[in-house]
Amino acid sequence: MLNYSLKRFVYMLITLWVIVTLTFFLMHMIPGDPFTSEKKVPEQIRQNMLAKYHLDKPLIVQYGYYLNNLIHGDLGISLKYLNRTVDDIIKQSAPASFQLGIQSIILGVIFGLLFGIIAALKRGGGMDYISMFLAIIGISVPNFIIATLLQLLLASKLKWLPVSGWGSFKYTILPSIALSFSTLSIISRMMRTSMLDVIGQDYIKTAKAKGLSQFQIIWKHMVRNAIMPVVTVLGPLFAGIVTGTFVIEQIFSIPGLGKFFVQSIYDEDYSMILGTTIFYSVILVVMMFLVDIAYGLIDPRVRLAKGGK
Amino acid sequence: MVDISKDKFEIVGANASESQSIVRPSISYWQDAWRRLRKNKVAMASLVFLILLVIMSIIGPHLRPFDYAHQDLFNTNKPFSKVHWFGTDYLGRDLFVRVWMGARVSLFIGVVIALLDAIIGVTYGGIAGYFGGQVDNIMMRIVDILYGIPYLILVILLMVVMGQGLWTIITAMVMTGWVGMARIVRGQVLQLKEQEFVLAAKTLGASPGRIILRHLIPNALGPIIVSMTFDVPNAIFSEAFLSYIGLGIRAPLASWGTLANDATQVLLMYPMQLFIPGFFISITMLAFNMLGDGLRDALDPRLRR
Repeated sequence: MLNYSLKRFVYMLITLWVIVTLTFFLMHMIPGDPFTSEKKVPEQIRQNMLAKYHLDKPLIVQYGYYLNNLIHGDLGISLKYLNRTVDDIIKQSAPASFQLGIQSIILGVIFGLLFGIIAALKRGGGMDYISMFLAIIGISVPNFIIATLLQLLLASKLKWLPVSGWGSFKYTILPSIALSFSTLSIISRMMRTSMLDVIGQDYIKTAKAKGLSQFQIIWKHMVRNAIMPVVTVLGPLFAGIVTGTFVIEQIFSIPGLGKFFVQSIYDEDYSMILGTTIFYSVILVVMMFLVDIAYGLIDPRVRLAKGGK
Repeated sequence: MVDISKDKFEIVGANASESQSIVRPSISYWQDAWRRLRKNKVAMASLVFLILLVIMSIIGPHLRPFDYAHQDLFNTNKPFSKVHWFGTDYLGRDLFVRVWMGARVSLFIGVVIALLDAIIGVTYGGIAGYFGGQVDNIMMRIVDILYGIPYLILVILLMVVMGQGLWTIITAMVMTGWVGMARIVRGQVLQLKEQEFVLAAKTLGASPGRIILRHLIPNALGPIIVSMTFDVPNAIFSEAFLSYIGLGIRAPLASWGTLANDATQVLLMYPMQLFIPGFFISITMLAFNMLGDGLRDALDPRLRR
């Protein structure tokens, strides 16, 4: 196990390096540079600006500079917000996104699993249709519409919660609910189908014949065998939500990281693109690793390392 | 007891060839699946609905004497009426015609992307999961890399290389979209391949390709179909997002996603404009989901009732 983890850690580093390299060269292939959208400046100044950030050097040299800085833990200076380092921006805006993400994932997972399990057990019953309906709403109504409706109803009509902004816990409730909808619908649908698969298996009959309690059958025999696809989707889902969402943060005016993912690409803010990509990728590959470990814990039959018995 | 004389009985005898003969015509797996699907009323209703939707997307725009791009600035934001069945948008374009034009783009994008994602993802995930070990490790790290690269950069680059158009959107979305399916299939295969029926198949000398295609994939069909049904609306909304930031389909052309996007700007005054595309997206999703459910039941012999 330790051996496997160590190996995976090396792979993670390689994966990250490839992501950085590919992103680096891909983003430089986009026509223009960070200063093309600025006001017209005299050619000389422009050249000086490019020179200051080493943007006039050959690409491979720039790449060398970047990697060297990266190894020393320096993500560089944002080319759009010229007096701020990328580190700073991420450090300041990540916590808000993180808190929202965690809250919405917890909400989505708990209710998603609950709905999925109940729907599968009471197939064709009222609860099945309710959860199906919720799932359809969650996936077919874009989250910005859900967010606006929640704002309209709970905040501006009923005045239970603040409309937007960031501060105490009550500011996080609405955006968390709005964000959790898609997680909830994906998880409940996934759980329902794989539960239906499991319910038909012979070992459930055996468990019933043994006289196990309903709770034990559901918890130990059904859920444990059915949860695999849910765990699979949870990895990337977690990485995506925790690093911030463009639309939701915009609507609730939350000082999160989401907007930098989109904005940096528009501005061709090279260091910011790489910074956000690295931040997201680190969380992503760690999540993927945890998901793989979880496979083995949930289902001991799964062996990841070859011949690891 | 009543006396029954022996001559009332007649020895029929056993005819070996007759008792062995097959009375009913044998049916193939797909015929059996189709027969079971047909019995599922909800699934059949969904199928009929989807077929109707496709037909409407073909003939719908010709039912009214308006062009989808024709602007009538004296008749903007009109409610439902006899002339404009679904009203008009902020540029006075007839929404009935635009909804069906949008159906063409959205259904096409949604279905094509879901299918391509499934084909690539199932093959890739099946191979990675089945062979495991080093093969799995390397194949899955490639997936991690594809997850990590910012999707917008890929889209913009593809626009530069291929030009703006429907196929560029589809290529961009498939390039990044199949990885989710690959991961789900791989997770399922990891779990399934340790089960006895795989061992049995191996013992009987089945090739890896046959085991993956005939034994593992059919058993993982549930999650595959569910994630396909999620791919369709995802694709529709990703297209809307791309169009919204100017990278998707071009303005006079419509899709359900862009119709919903346009409508959000006048949401507070004219909620009906959002309601119409929203309604069609939702009900299409509902149909896809119900059909997916029915398909899964029909294709899985264990669920035969």
